[in-house]
Amino acid sequence: MSAREEVLGRIRQALGGEDRTPAPEVVRDYRLTDGRPAGDAELLALLVDRVEDYRATVLCCSPAEVAATVRAALDRGLGTGWAAGDVVVAPGLAAEWRPAGCDVDDERPAVQLAERAASVTAVAVAIAETGTLVLDGSPACGRRALSLLPDCLVCVVTADQVVGSVPEGLARLDPLRPLTMVSGPSATSDIELQRVEGVHGPRTLVVVLVGG
Amino acid sequence: MKVALFATCLVDTMTPTVAHATAALLQRLGQEVVVPPTQACCGQMHVNTGYRREAVSIVANHVRAFAGAEVIVAPSGSCVASIHHQQAAVARRAGDEALAQAAEELADRTYELSQFLVDVLGVTDVGAYYPHRVTYHPTCHSLRLLRVGDAPLQLLRAVRGLELVELPGAEQCCGFGGTFAVKNADTSTAMLTDKMANVLSTHAEVCTAGDASCLMHIGGGLSRLRAGTRTVHLAEILASTEEAVTPDQRTEPAVTA
Amino acid sequence: MTAVDLGMPGLPTAPRGVGHLRGTQSFPDAARGALRNGQLRANLGHATSTIRGKRAAVVGELPDWEQLRAAGKALKTATMARLDDHLEELERQVTARGGVVHWARDANEANEIVTRLVLATGTSEVVKVKSMATQEIGLNEALEGAGLDVFETDLAELIVQLGEDSPSHILVPAIHKNRAEIREIFARTIPGVDPGLTDDPRQLAMAARAHLRERFLRARVAVSGANFGVAETGTLTVVESEGNGRMCLTLPETLITVMGIEKVVPTWRDLEVFLQLLPRSSTGERMNPYTSTWAGVTPGDGPQEFHLVLLDNGRTAVLADEVGREALHCIRCSACLNVCPVYERAGGHSYGSVYPGPIGAVLSPMLTGVEDNASLPYASSLCGACYDVCPVAIDIPSILVHLRGEHVEAQERPTAEAVAFRGLAKAMSHPRLWHLAQRGARLGRLFSRGRPTLPNALPPPVSGWTRSRDLPTPPAKTFVQQWTEEHRS
Repeated sequence: MSAREEVLGRIRQALGGEDRTPAPEVVRDYRLTDGRPAGDAELLALLVDRVEDYRATVLCCSPAEVAATVRAALDRGLGTGWAAGDVVVAPGLAAEWRPAGCDVDDERPAVQLAERAASVTAVAVAIAETGTLVLDGSPACGRRALSLLPDCLVCVVTADQVVGSVPEGLARLDPLRPLTMVSGPSATSDIELQRVEGVHGPRTLVVVLVGG
Repeated sequence: MKVALFATCLVDTMTPTVAHATAALLQRLGQEVVVPPTQACCGQMHVNTGYRREAVSIVANHVRAFAGAEVIVAPSGSCVASIHHQQAAVARRAGDEALAQAAEELADRTYELSQFLVDVLGVTDVGAYYPHRVTYHPTCHSLRLLRVGDAPLQLLRAVRGLELVELPGAEQCCGFGGTFAVKNADTSTAMLTDKMANVLSTHAEVCTAGDASCLMHIGGGLSRLRAGTRTVHLAEILASTEEAVTPDQRTEPAVTA
Repeated sequence: MTAVDLGMPGLPTAPRGVGHLRGTQSFPDAARGALRNGQLRANLGHATSTIRGKRAAVVGELPDWEQLRAAGKALKTATMARLDDHLEELERQVTARGGVVHWARDANEANEIVTRLVLATGTSEVVKVKSMATQEIGLNEALEGAGLDVFETDLAELIVQLGEDSPSHILVPAIHKNRAEIREIFARTIPGVDPGLTDDPRQLAMAARAHLRERFLRARVAVSGANFGVAETGTLTVVESEGNGRMCLTLPETLITVMGIEKVVPTWRDLEVFLQLLPRSSTGERMNPYTSTWAGVTPGDGPQEFHLVLLDNGRTAVLADEVGREALHCIRCSACLNVCPVYERAGGHSYGSVYPGPIGAVLSPMLTGVEDNASLPYASSLCGACYDVCPVAIDIPSILVHLRGEHVEAQERPTAEAVAFRGLAKAMSHPRLWHLAQRGARLGRLFSRGRPTLPNALPPPVSGWTRSRDLPTPPAKTFVQQWTEEHRS
């Protein structure tokens, strides 16, 4: 008998064969929505508070100021002396958001991204209550290595992408895509359970919140 | 109300003053107290040590002893929790459905002392007088299985002359755990040491609780250290009055050296 | 008799001689040594009290925590009731998206599969994401036995690996080490480390980053575990903090994920519950820094070869125990360890298994068979703190008590303890015998010779008590006896 058949057979035996106990009904009486619509001003304020709590930086701007604010975000992450060649952006990032002269990610081997100092991406959704940004591998968010290897990550979030709760956030996502949920810069609590920001992933996270 | 007092095997055998105090207190509050003479044990120690089959006949004896009682009160959160959560399950597992149902019916009428006073009788001021500095240890089974909440604290706050001091780390187990205290004596002692350090940090004269078993553990440790703080059961404090200390109420250490 | 008694013997438990589910000492013996380690006690006391405070704060923020907890429990119960169907669906979906699914009856088979897959790539190095399942089966030893170099990349796992130590906590395997000890390990074992390295946690984390950076960039094969596997979509999930997980899940050409069969969840939507319960319970954060999900293979993004190994290794034996199967609901948050007064003092190594603490005290004996870990169900004062914090409401104390019963009933010859308990049970069932027994206890008065306490030195098992606590001298009359005499009508 194959391992597959044997393990499945063991499960059926363990559950008592034909007269197994039926599965109980799952009651979802927890909060399914936050109650406030996506992009609500209170939600944006909550997102800022929660993201900053992870010791990330949030810069708010109007839709007309995105490019300038992305530059300011890179100033924050890299210091003002950075060159356009230090920065690589997601291929689908809106052209008007890109700092002039920046490189666009292409099909180069992923490990080459480690040579870059910063990357800029969009997000698929942001969850205010937990301060979480979700990247979904779409052209605007880029492949996963793009938001991982450069030491500074700048994410552009638009107000309409900001939802209140985890259930609302997950409902907007496609589970067939490779998803990365980002809540602050990389961190560890492995030494005396004291949180330290910045380990293998980007040590600096700057969020540009458009319309916030 | 006619209250059948379940002393519990430990109190009955080792610290009968706790049961005497419980009876005196209930009588002072106008209750008629009866003590079924065939009572022995709830079966908890057997169940918790792995002797669930052997516990069935102990449960049967308990159910027989208290059959027909209007309400049953015990000065022990742990034993009452076992009556509520274990007795019927043990009987049912052994295939004795009739015993399981009888145990469930009895459990519905069985109360831990502080719950009975506050939730059933609706009393928080029992007219007690106890001029001592006291700290309260909320025992695990009272806290987490019975959810007695702040009933004991409400009762203690109403005692005249009593100075109540908060116990740091109150909700941490004292390390008794029934046979755990013997099977894992070293770990149990380590837990006890930290509990005693917290008790002693309050500079209380008395550490009280609703379980004689935990108090025997904490009190036994304090006594061994020749600490000045002694353990006194909640029932003994509530039974104390200005007019007369109950005949059997101990004001000296529960365990002295 | 009930199915509880019939189910267990038929199904194989985790095999001996492989993996890390069995210790070499009983819990009381191991704990005796650990309790004397003042450094360990201080480290654990500090770390667990820190995390308890953080957890309580973020759990208190959610008004619907109890509803989430109930939903988590119901979801797990429902999943287990149709575990076979969900696993078959997971297999279909992963396969449809370019993954390859393997089934492993036990640790040996899982280790063989992973070793074969790694060797087939022609690489000599493997990077690993922290995973309890691969610790459980001893995968590192198996890979090393095949001549491969294995690099643990989680900071705490790295500390344990470099220190030639073993993990003592589910979430923070090096919780028993403080910053000074970690600095010493790094200074001694990391080639080319800055000699001026201090014990500042930030500096230590940076040393780990520098040490592993090159290995991530050149790695061709990674091995991970999985926190959840979604049946309806074939989506696997890894929850982490440092980004080492993302490195392993993203950069190598080949990814091999070892997942216990109980980690499957039916639908994507179910993660809306678990992704709220898990981070708040484990690290005390509203959300962990990184959660990665993937379904099979994505062209142009991440590993182009993906293998999923579904592991039994005793889990079906646990499933057969109607009381104990609830332990399979565990999402490995470790909240029960952090609140456990026994764990806090005795430390994780005392449990002898990769699964320490309250959940380990039920899970390990069920995975191995109770008799191979017979002291663990007794390694608890049954205080119930674990049940209160468990995000999926596993009634750990009741399972502990159940396993004690299983152990007692597995004894073929009566032990001295059993003889005593049976005698006592007989007495407690017959009032006349009980009163005689109480009179016997009163004989203790002879030992005390008028003192209020009994002597310190008494024979076992009473010595277990009297070594550290006084025992009061029994009174002259029991309460019932005196009351009955006074109220004779």
